[in-house]
Amino acid sequence: MSDTYDTPDTRDMLDRTRQGVIGQPLDRPEGPLKVAGQATYAAEYARENCAEGVLVGATISTGRVTAIHKDEVLAMPGVLGVYAAPQMLRRPAQGTAGEAPLQDPSRVDYPLQPVALVVAETFEQATAAAKALRIDYDDASDKARFLPTQETAEAAKEPVTAGDLEAALRDAAHVIDANFTTPGHASAAMEPHAAVAEWDGDDLTLWGSLQMIAFNVAELADSLGIDPKHVRILSPYVGGGFGSKLGISHEAVAASLAARELGRPVRVVMSRQLVFQSIMRRSETVQRIRLGAGADGRLTAFGHEALVSNLPEESFSEPVTQASEFLYAGDNRLLGVRKSDITRLTAGSVRAPGEAVGMQALEVAMDELAIATNLDPVELRKRNLPETVPGQGTPYSSRRLVEALDAGAAAFGWDQRSPTPCARREGEWWIGMGMSSAARVNILAKAEARVTLTAQGHVVVETDHTDIGTGSYAIFGQIAAEMLGQPIDRTTVKLGDSLLPAGSGSGGSWGASSTGSAVFYACEAIRATLAQALGCSADQLILKDGQAWAEGVDARPVTDLLTEDLTRTGKIEPGELMEKVNQSTYGAFFCEVAVNAFTGETRLRRMTGAFGFGRVLNAKTARSQCIGGMVWGIGSALTEELSFDARDGHLVNHDLAEYHVPVHADIPPMEVILLEERDADASPLQSKGVGELGICGAAGAIANAIYNACGVRLRDFPMTPDKLLADLPDPFAPAA
Amino acid sequence: MKAFDYSRAEATADAVGQSARLIAGGTNLLDLMKLEVETPEALLDITRIGLNAIDAEGEGLRIGALVSNSDAAADPRIRRDWPLLSRAILAGASPQLRNKATMGGNLCQRTRCGYFMDNRSACNKREPGSGCAAIGGVNRNHAILGASSDCIATYPGDMAVALSALQAVVHTERPEGAREIPMRHFHRLPGDTPQQDNHLESGEVITAISLPAPLGGRQIYRKVRDRASYAFALVSVAAALRMEEGRIASVHLAFGGVAHTPWTNDHVDELLTGERPSPALFDKAADLLLEDAQGQGHNDFKIPLLRRALAAVLAEATGE
Ligand SMILES: Cc1cc2nc3c(=O)[nH]c(=O)nc-3n(C[C@H](O)[C@H](O)[C@H](O)COP(=O)(O)OP(=O)(O)OC[C@H]3O[C@@H](n4cnc5c(N)ncnc54)[C@H](O)[C@@H]3O)c2cc1C
Ligand code: SF4
Repeated sequence: MSDTYDTPDTRDMLDRTRQGVIGQPLDRPEGPLKVAGQATYAAEYARENCAEGVLVGATISTGRVTAIHKDEVLAMPGVLGVYAAPQMLRRPAQGTAGEAPLQDPSRVDYPLQPVALVVAETFEQATAAAKALRIDYDDASDKARFLPTQETAEAAKEPVTAGDLEAALRDAAHVIDANFTTPGHASAAMEPHAAVAEWDGDDLTLWGSLQMIAFNVAELADSLGIDPKHVRILSPYVGGGFGSKLGISHEAVAASLAARELGRPVRVVMSRQLVFQSIMRRSETVQRIRLGAGADGRLTAFGHEALVSNLPEESFSEPVTQASEFLYAGDNRLLGVRKSDITRLTAGSVRAPGEAVGMQALEVAMDELAIATNLDPVELRKRNLPETVPGQGTPYSSRRLVEALDAGAAAFGWDQRSPTPCARREGEWWIGMGMSSAARVNILAKAEARVTLTAQGHVVVETDHTDIGTGSYAIFGQIAAEMLGQPIDRTTVKLGDSLLPAGSGSGGSWGASSTGSAVFYACEAIRATLAQALGCSADQLILKDGQAWAEGVDARPVTDLLTEDLTRTGKIEPGELMEKVNQSTYGAFFCEVAVNAFTGETRLRRMTGAFGFGRVLNAKTARSQCIGGMVWGIGSALTEELSFDARDGHLVNHDLAEYHVPVHADIPPMEVILLEERDADASPLQSKGVGELGICGAAGAIANAIYNACGVRLRDFPMTPDKLLADLPDPFAPAA
Repeated sequence: MKAFDYSRAEATADAVGQSARLIAGGTNLLDLMKLEVETPEALLDITRIGLNAIDAEGEGLRIGALVSNSDAAADPRIRRDWPLLSRAILAGASPQLRNKATMGGNLCQRTRCGYFMDNRSACNKREPGSGCAAIGGVNRNHAILGASSDCIATYPGDMAVALSALQAVVHTERPEGAREIPMRHFHRLPGDTPQQDNHLESGEVITAISLPAPLGGRQIYRKVRDRASYAFALVSVAAALRMEEGRIASVHLAFGGVAHTPWTNDHVDELLTGERPSPALFDKAADLLLEDAQGQGHNDFKIPLLRRALAAVLAEATGE
C-alpha cells in the first residue's frame, strides 16, 4: 500500500471506536513535570566535564572578518578555545531545509551575526573572553541597503493572475484601494536557543531546543560534513519555538565543532539579545489591497500585492497573500509578493507565516468595503464565499466559515453593535466592536510513528516528533488509546529523540494531524493483528478498556490475544488530495475595544473566536492554541514591533522589556468556540491544523473595532497611541 | 559580566564616601552589569544597613532609602495622604521587581535609551565623547524637553515624577555631612555631561525621602503606555490638585517620560492656580508647558500626547 494520502478516509473510524478519549479535554501528561521544574530543557542536561561556549556577534553590519585575535583571550583564565571554523553557520536554517544553511561566519551578512565561539571552563569566563575578543573587519556596511524598497525588489514569484483586475476595478460600483504596513515580528519564545554537544568517537549527541528533529539531523550532519547516522538529537521538551527552532541555528553547529575539537562536551546557550538579533524575524510588509465590488457587495476584483524583505540568497519570502488565494470571491485577480534584499537578520517562518500579517490587512480592507457597500461586515463576508477557489476551480473540503461567523456573532452579541463610529462613550473611553474572518492553509506532512501494544496491555507511542508546548504528548496518546481501546493512563508517549521514527516535526500547524495519522495507521495495523487473533475482521473489532470483542464474539482481555509485544509502524505522506482539494481552516473573530479619547491607548475588553479545523483531537489543547493565537493577534494589533536602526540595520529592541508582547493585563476574557467538523480530505483522522489559525485575521478585528469606537481607520500596525492621536475626535466633544 | 569585588555594609557610615558602587535591589544595576554597560570594580551591598522604616515626621513622612517599592506603595499612611506616590509606584515595573526595588535605587535608575543599553553604539552617557546614536536613530522613547545636542535620553521612572509633584525632599549623607536635595532638583539636564544623571556626588548615599504635610485634593498619576502593564511611560502626568468654589486653589504637576528629569514647570502650576477649569485653560497650560518642546522624529507624537494627557488629568482632577 502506498503511504500517500490520495483518497479521503470517510470511515469515521474515530467516531466508531469506543474508548471515548479522542477529543476529550485531557491535561497534558508532561504538564506537572514542567510546572515542577522536572522537565529537562536543552541547556539543563548535566554532562560531566562540560565546557561552556559563548557566541560573539559581529560589530559591523556587513563585510568580512579579517583577523580574530585569539591569542589575547586564550591567555585569559579558563579559556579553552576560540572557534571560527568555516562549517559554522552564518544564518539559521529555514524550516524543512534538511541541509546546511549558509556557512562560513567570516563573511558578515547582518549586524550581530555570530562570527566566533569562545569556550571556557565556566560560563562567566567564556562571557568575559567573548567580550574581550578583538576582531578586525573589512567593513562593507557603506554599500549595504538597510530598508526595503519597491524599486529594488525582485518581481513577484508565482503571482496569481486571473481575468483583468484593472478593468474590473474601473467597472466596480465600490472600490477600496488601501496600503497597509506591518512591522517585523520576533518569535520571542521563552526558552532561548541552547545546545549541549557530546561526541563518542565519531558519534555526536546533541541536546537541543528544536522543532523538527529529522530535518535538524540532516542539517547538522550536512553542516559538519558527516553522515547523518552519526548524529543523534534529543529535544523532548521545547520552551516554545513559533518557527524560530524549525531549522538548526548557530549554537548547535558551534557547540558540536567545539566539542569535537576539545574532546569534551560543550554547552552553548544564546543570550536573549543574540536570539533576537540573529535567529529569525518575520519580515515587515507593505501591502496594497484593491477590492472592487458590485452594488450588492459581491467582489469582482481582488488585488493583494506585498513587499517583504530578506537577506540576499534567501529564497523565503513571507507568503503574505496565501489566504487571499482562496478565501473570498473576485474573478479578476492579481496576487503577488515581491522580496527586497536588505541587510537585516534572516527573515523566516514566524508562527502563521503569511496569513498572520496578510489576513489582518485583508480583513481591514473588507471592513472598509462593508462600510462602502453599507452591509454588515458579517453579511459582506458571507456574500463572498466562492464555490471553488477563484481562478483555479479547486473545490473546498470542509469550510465552516459561515457557521463560525454565525456562532461567533451570536455568542459575542454582535447585534449590539452600532454601525456608526463614535456612538458609545464611557468616561474617557470610546467603545467599539469589530470582527474579521480567520483563514489559514492546512498542510499534511510526511510522518512516521511506531506503536507498541505490550504483552501486558500497555500502549507505547514512539516518534521523534516534538512537543513545543502544543500538546503532542497528550494527543498522540489519545489517538493510540482510542484506537487500541486502552485507558489513557495505560499509554506512554516518547518524543523528541532522533533514534525514533521520523515524525513530521512541529511547524506549519501540521504536527498533530500528520504524525497523529502515522500513529493512527500504526494502531490500525495492530488492530488487524488483534482482529485475526480474535477471529473477526478488523472492521468488526471492538476495543475498550482492555477488552476485545465483536458482534457474535465474546469479550476477552486484549492481553489474552497477545503472546508478545506487538509493534507496528505507521507512515503517511501527503498525496494528491493536498493539490486537488483546498483544505484550509476557517474561523471568525469578534472583539470589543476601548480607545482612550485623550491618549489614544487601546485596551481590548473582550474577544470571541469561533473556529473550524476538522476533528478536535483534544478540546483543551486546541482551545489553548486558539487563545495563544489570538494573543499573538493582539500583540500584532497593538504592541509588537521590531525596531531596526535605518542607518546600520541593527535591531534596537532586542529583549522582552523592549519588544512588547502582550502581558496579562492586556488580555481580557477570551472566549473560544470549537466547531466540530470532519475533514476526510485532510487526513485519516479527519483533523486539520489549529496551531496558527487563531492569529490569522485577529488583528484585523481589533483594527475594525478601533474604527468603530472612534472613527480612526488605521492601516499601519501596531496601532500604538501615537498613530491615533492626529485623527482622534475632540475628547471634550460629546458622543455622537 | 565583568568580575567584581563584593562587600556588605553594616551601617550607613560604612557606605558613605566609598568608591565602590552601591547595590540595593539590584534590579537595574545587575541588568546593566550583565550587558557590561555598567562595569563597577566593586559592589557594596547596602541592603543590611537599615534605613528601611517609614516614620512620621511632623505632619509629613520620612521613608527610608531601603524601603522596598512594594512596601511604600502599600503603606496605609501613604495610600491615604499621599496616594499619588502609591499610584505612581504601582504603575511601574512588575510586582516581582517592586518587591526587590528600593526607594533610593528607584531614583537612580538609568535611562531606557536603546543605544545606552547596547555597547556597540555611540553614547555620550555611557562613554563620554563617543557621540549620541539616538539622534537620528530609533528615538521613540526620547526627550522632548530639556534635551541637548549631546544626549536626548529620558529619565524613565514613575516614582520620582510623583515625588516631584508632592514636593518631596531627598536626604543624603556625604563625608562632609548630611544634605537635603529637593526632589525637583535631584536629577539634572544632560547638557554636555550626560554621563551624570543626577546631582549625587561620588560616595554620597541616599538615606531617605521625606514628604511634607499632605497636599490634599485630588491626586492622579496618569501613565500613558504602549501596553496595559510592564511598560515604561510614553508620557506621564502627576497631579495633586485642590479645588475651592469652582476654582483651582492649588495644583502641583510633574511630567514623566519627556525629559532627562521628572519635568516640572512652576509657571504652568501658577497659570492654572485661581482659574476656573475649562478645556481652553488646559490648552493654555499645555501651550506654556510645551513652548520649548522639540521632537526628535520618532517621538514627535509626545508633544500632542502630553498636551492631551495633561487635559485628561486636569479634567479628571477638576471634575470638568
Ligand atoms: C523590566 C523592567 C521594567 C521596569 N519598569 C519600570 C517602570 O515601568 N517604571 C519605573 O519607574 N521603573 C521601572 N523599572 C525600574 C525599577 O523601578 C528600578 O530598576 C528599581 O526601582 C531600582 O531599584 P533597585 O533598588 O533595584 O536599584 P539598584 O539596581 O540596586 O541600583 C540602581 C542604582 O541606584 C544606586 N543606588 C541604590 N541605592 C542607593 C542609595 N541608597 N544611595 C545612592 N545610590 C543608590 C545604585 O548604585 C545603582 O546605580 C523597571 C525595571 C525593569 C527591569
Ligand atoms: S540619548 Fe543619551 S543615552 Fe541615548 S545614545 Fe544619546 S547620549 Fe546615549
